[in-house]
Amino acid sequence: MSALRSSAVAGSHRVRQPRAARAAAGAGAQARIGLLFTSVYTLFLIAFGVLPTLYAVFLAFTRDGAFAGVDNFLRVFSDYRFLPAVMHVAAYVVVWLISLLVFVVLLALVVQAIRIRWVSTSVRFLYYVPGALAGAASVMLWLFVLDPSVSPVAWLLHALGSDSLVQTVQLDTLPIVLAVIAFWTGAGGWIVIMYGALNNISADILEAARIDGAGAWSTAWFIQIPLLRKWISYMAILSLAAGTQLFVEPRVLSQATHGVVPQDYSLNQLSFLYAFKQADFNGSAAISLLLLAVALLLSVYFVFRGGLFERE
Amino acid sequence: MLAQHQRASRFIRLAAAVSAVAGIVALGGCSSGGGEVDSKYGFPTVEQVPDSEITVWVDATRQPAVEAFEKANPDIEVNMVVDDGSASGSGTFQTKIGLADQAGEGWPDVVFSTQNNDASWASKPTNGVQAFAAPINKGFFDQSFLDGFTPGALDPVTVDDTVWGLRNDLAPVLFWYNKPLLEQFGYEVPTTWEQYQELGDKLAAEHPGYTLGSVGDSFTGPFVYYWSGSAPIFQVDGDSFSSDVHAADSEKVTALIDHMVANKTLTQDSVFGADFVADSSKLVAIPGPAWYAGALFQNPNSINATSGQWIAAPPLSWEGSDEVTGNVGGGVWYASSHSKNLEAVKTFLEFVTTQDGVAGTGGLPAYQSAADTWLNDQAASGFFGPDFATSVGTAAESVWSGWGYPSFSAETAYAKVIVPALAAGKKISDVADEWQKEMENEATVQGYSVD
Repeated sequence: MSALRSSAVAGSHRVRQPRAARAAAGAGAQARIGLLFTSVYTLFLIAFGVLPTLYAVFLAFTRDGAFAGVDNFLRVFSDYRFLPAVMHVAAYVVVWLISLLVFVVLLALVVQAIRIRWVSTSVRFLYYVPGALAGAASVMLWLFVLDPSVSPVAWLLHALGSDSLVQTVQLDTLPIVLAVIAFWTGAGGWIVIMYGALNNISADILEAARIDGAGAWSTAWFIQIPLLRKWISYMAILSLAAGTQLFVEPRVLSQATHGVVPQDYSLNQLSFLYAFKQADFNGSAAISLLLLAVALLLSVYFVFRGGLFERE
Repeated sequence: MLAQHQRASRFIRLAAAVSAVAGIVALGGCSSGGGEVDSKYGFPTVEQVPDSEITVWVDATRQPAVEAFEKANPDIEVNMVVDDGSASGSGTFQTKIGLADQAGEGWPDVVFSTQNNDASWASKPTNGVQAFAAPINKGFFDQSFLDGFTPGALDPVTVDDTVWGLRNDLAPVLFWYNKPLLEQFGYEVPTTWEQYQELGDKLAAEHPGYTLGSVGDSFTGPFVYYWSGSAPIFQVDGDSFSSDVHAADSEKVTALIDHMVANKTLTQDSVFGADFVADSSKLVAIPGPAWYAGALFQNPNSINATSGQWIAAPPLSWEGSDEVTGNVGGGVWYASSHSKNLEAVKTFLEFVTTQDGVAGTGGLPAYQSAADTWLNDQAASGFFGPDFATSVGTAAESVWSGWGYPSFSAETAYAKVIVPALAAGKKISDVADEWQKEMENEATVQGYSVD
């Protein structure tokens, strides 16, 4: 309303404040369209994000409807499966996050350096295709790749000392196996995003670097990667949130190996067992809240470290 | 300051509203079912709606049984949902019922599960919602119908004199052997575990590459070897659980498996895997459940045996000990206590458990009359040798009663500790204590006291 009013006022004093009034009217329209665009998202966020989180908070601090303090958390902490699950997720996140950050940036730089257009386009398309497979479907596909009795790369698995699926998915190698699956599924999209970010770097800066005698590696290390800092942080935050919620990959592997990959491998799986094997939704909610807290803390670290909200 | 204050109070109002909605959602999740006990059925029922559709959850193997029912009873509408039958302790049944309990709706009318231990949780109310499984001997079924099951068949689903489900098939462990191969090598059919191990030594020395079974699946170790060997690794007494991997019989089974894995007469391939099928021409014998008949031998996608090639012999036992055997599943049908068409559920369950050609779904039916027909048919075909009915009958009567049915599966701890250890070249005796600890830990989190 205020925007409309100021527009009307501006109309009667067109000569005195034409530019400011027009800008105010434009901003008002923009705000309304902005609200329209974000309203649906906000509704879904409240329905499927905020409300379930509040429900989880309610469950985590109650027992049979009565306030239980931190009892649910203490019960979860003392569970013999809790610490191993934390270690498993931590190992996986470290392996995956490092490999994701390093290889995505590296591959994006390589793709951007390709000067033949059709080769560059084809490679980007190829990187992106695996991401089109949904989580469980990609794990199913990997089951075939990891099982030496049916794998197209059985020779490689044999060379690595694995003669059966059970040997391939032993606990100590599992973080690497899971990281490979997750990388293959998720990295393509990030490579395309990084490629876009690389293309945004001003040609003048690169030109200046070249004139100063920087080669491809120096340009990448001193110019391109520092300028990608925000994007790398953004990738790290989103991947971290996804990584701590590890569930689909070990769950499907667990079913396929008849339990050799344990059902309580990750924290989310443990939360699932609490809810559906022990009918203990309060304990389950406590684990979920812990995961949320850890992901939030680490995300805050990456936000400030990566200068995500800084403006140039 | 004023604007800030307004923003803050608006936020508080929004948070209060959201919390209220969350509270309502939470309370909704706690709604309980049930009420007055219906004397006709013996448990609190919901309002019955005659002719309403019944939802049936089954695995792919049981799909033909449901289709046969639909054909025979076109007036009853069936919504069939195919799942994994909770095989290998996947917990699908429990998971989905947990969700339905929480939501206060969405329960199926009938569920098939491959896990005999499901009765231990499905018979208990959870989170204020009445037990999912309907007690079926308190008026739901006539006692005369329940008496038609093979004696002992309903034991795994009976808790404190209340029967909570109907067994589909019995799965006693037999000793299956390849007659032409055994004759060609000039070996005798073993009748004890000691002879079985000796046969392993001879085979390893004289015909390397040939095998006498598999420990590649998480069910074979506990149910085929430890249960048949009367090893007290999985026992329940009321609310207490015990496991003893160092009891005499437990150590004998451990030594047997370790010995035969070392001389390579026990393979680590899954009996459902491609490698096992590819090497099945070198399989000389295998202890296994009655359902191997259809699942392995008469299955074109597995061993695909010819008539008279694979013979079912009575189960192996320790020399000088009781002649007992193990049991590998044998599925169970559950009726839902939330069903609004219990008469249709009753008709369905009677059909799938008793109908000749349908009951047992390829294995030994749990219902005595259907079992007799199945055994006679198998014996008449001569496919598994002339003594098939006797061997199966002996096995069915001698399942060791010392094994327990807690609310968790024996397979998960074995899969988690033993299978990877064997694959890594270790012996079971190396990790036996770890295995026992894992079982005891599992029992503790499930609410059992550990002896």
